[in-house]
Amino acid sequence: MSSVSINDLSLSFGNVEVLKSLNLDVAEGEFLVLLGPSGCGKSTLLNCIAGLLDVSAGQIFINGKNVTWEEPKDRGIGMVFQSYALYPQMTVEKNLSFGLRVARLPKDEIRKRIDRAAEILQIQELLKRKPAALSGGQRQRVAIGRALVRDVDVFLFDEPLSNLDAKLRTDLRVELKRLHQRLGNTMIYVTHDQIEALTLADRIAIMKDGLIQQLDSPKTIYNRPDNRFVAGFIGSPGMNFIQGSLAFIDDSWFFQSRDLSVSLATYPFTQQPIEGAPVEFGLRPEHVLIGQNVADLPVQLNLDIELVEPMGADTVAWSQLSGTSFTLRVDSDTALSSGQRILAGFDPVRASVFLSDSGIRL
Amino acid sequence: MKDVKKRSLPVNSASTSSIDFTGPNGPKPKRVFSTRNIVVYGFLILAAMYYLLPLYVMVVTSLKGMPEIRMGNIFSPPMEITFEPWVKAWDSACTGLYCEGLKVGFWNSVQILIPSTVISIVIASVNGYALSFWRFKGSEIFFTILLFGAFIPYQVLIYPLVIILRETGLFSSLAGVTLVHVIFGMPILTLLFRNYFASVPVELFKAARVDGAGFWRIFGQIMLPMSLPIFIVAIIIQITGIWNDFLFGVIYAGTKNFPMTVQLNNIVNSTQGVKEYNVNMAATLLTAALPLFVYFVSGKLFVRGIAAGAVKG
Repeated sequence: MSSVSINDLSLSFGNVEVLKSLNLDVAEGEFLVLLGPSGCGKSTLLNCIAGLLDVSAGQIFINGKNVTWEEPKDRGIGMVFQSYALYPQMTVEKNLSFGLRVARLPKDEIRKRIDRAAEILQIQELLKRKPAALSGGQRQRVAIGRALVRDVDVFLFDEPLSNLDAKLRTDLRVELKRLHQRLGNTMIYVTHDQIEALTLADRIAIMKDGLIQQLDSPKTIYNRPDNRFVAGFIGSPGMNFIQGSLAFIDDSWFFQSRDLSVSLATYPFTQQPIEGAPVEFGLRPEHVLIGQNVADLPVQLNLDIELVEPMGADTVAWSQLSGTSFTLRVDSDTALSSGQRILAGFDPVRASVFLSDSGIRL
Repeated sequence: MKDVKKRSLPVNSASTSSIDFTGPNGPKPKRVFSTRNIVVYGFLILAAMYYLLPLYVMVVTSLKGMPEIRMGNIFSPPMEITFEPWVKAWDSACTGLYCEGLKVGFWNSVQILIPSTVISIVIASVNGYALSFWRFKGSEIFFTILLFGAFIPYQVLIYPLVIILRETGLFSSLAGVTLVHVIFGMPILTLLFRNYFASVPVELFKAARVDGAGFWRIFGQIMLPMSLPIFIVAIIIQITGIWNDFLFGVIYAGTKNFPMTVQLNNIVNSTQGVKEYNVNMAATLLTAALPLFVYFVSGKLFVRGIAAGAVKG
């Protein structure tokens, strides 16, 4: 049974259509990440699920119940916001219990739930403090606690880690993943950070202009992007795109551009290719290899290194191929310097070919 | 192949030994009697004296007896301090037909001030909260109309209001003048509260809604406790504005309910007998006492209020 189900959901602000007849099914216990650039509608979608925005058309089901017209409190959701949104004049304990006091729960039940949440999140010693006396990480933990005490089935996260510094973000990311493993609740998580999306998600929904571009496991999204937008959005440094066209020579398909001719005999086409169609050939920087391994690869080429960016764990080298910039990602121990000419190679099986006009994967 | 220029970087700190360490070190010394300081502070002192001199003359004159005043040295301190003019101004100065002093006007002013301030701020704060968070269809238009109200000259509305109050039987009463103050305070106060609540993160409001709180609970338990600073600002605006008002008091309150400002005018402008400058000065100072007091007290409270409410994520 699906936990959250969205059926033909549309939302317009005046003449601007933010969500366009969107459909989405989230399985019970699933961690779903909504990922996309600013203004793609991902936060709007989350606010609709929470009931904080009225929809223009469509339905929302949570646990099989139609909640399209329900108040946020009656939907069985807990929500965590980017700016924590803790009530500044209340102590942590009062912050956690606010919703329960509104719902007139008995005192001992409130006590029990707060103790459990505080234990899970390791915030027992903070209960008497006010939000102003907490660090960013502690505040976000309290905010998660406020969702936790509500004892709900679905957790909604609206960019919860974006206000934290890089180190804390990594720590809390791992904690969130642990929390999900321990609780097993359905979680819907909005972010624009692809690392968060790739590390946390069971499935990622990539959004653009109010539509879901691809909904798949992180691995599929990364290695088999459905279209040019998803391919370019995911990955840092981004995928290399080489303009060219398709040719059918000797019973086999070839990608041809100015400096490159690649046999696509092993490439897993998902659609029937068309001869002469203008396409973009996409290749991830880490799928381009150098050194001894090159000899075994089907495609080999010479590259002039223009710029070297050491990133610590690995090194990104910038070059030119067929008139566009071309990056490769190599081990940080590899000695590279600008001006050097190297032999590189790749396997077309790991590449992605997109139609230039529609951006659809072939 | 391109040429890459070789750059030399300092390898160790030994190369710094050739630097001359004498000369400027630490904070730059500041001169107290610089030309800049003399000009700035000199101007400020002159400006302060210019504004304080009238107040000084008033205080000094109010403490003198009439014979001393007739000698004409308005700047000299009193030779013999007397509080007689203050007592007379408060208790027995003639305001038109009655000779009961300013105390009648003082209590009238208090009776007008308190309900006007409380009612206008209560309504305006709820208005501002609703306009910021509970947007309804047409709320923007409503707000624009309200804003427009802040710019309509009072004079245009005086006569229509006289008719409205006469028809409702509120003319010449404390309730009537209170109502007028509440109405005229509404546009600017609503604007004040709306802008304050607009600066409160909307996520706080959303979090409270997810927690199940409704309109009044969010207002009372979340928004009110964090809006002390803006309440103090509103209270200052209303107290000084309503206390200093002359126009509405003289038109709508009725002879028996004249506020202090109107009675002060009647004392100072009474044409019978000798002009008692010391009583006039004392009466003016008594009338101005409350706004002055609010000014001196609120400065501190204002800062404290802002500090208490300042919790940002």
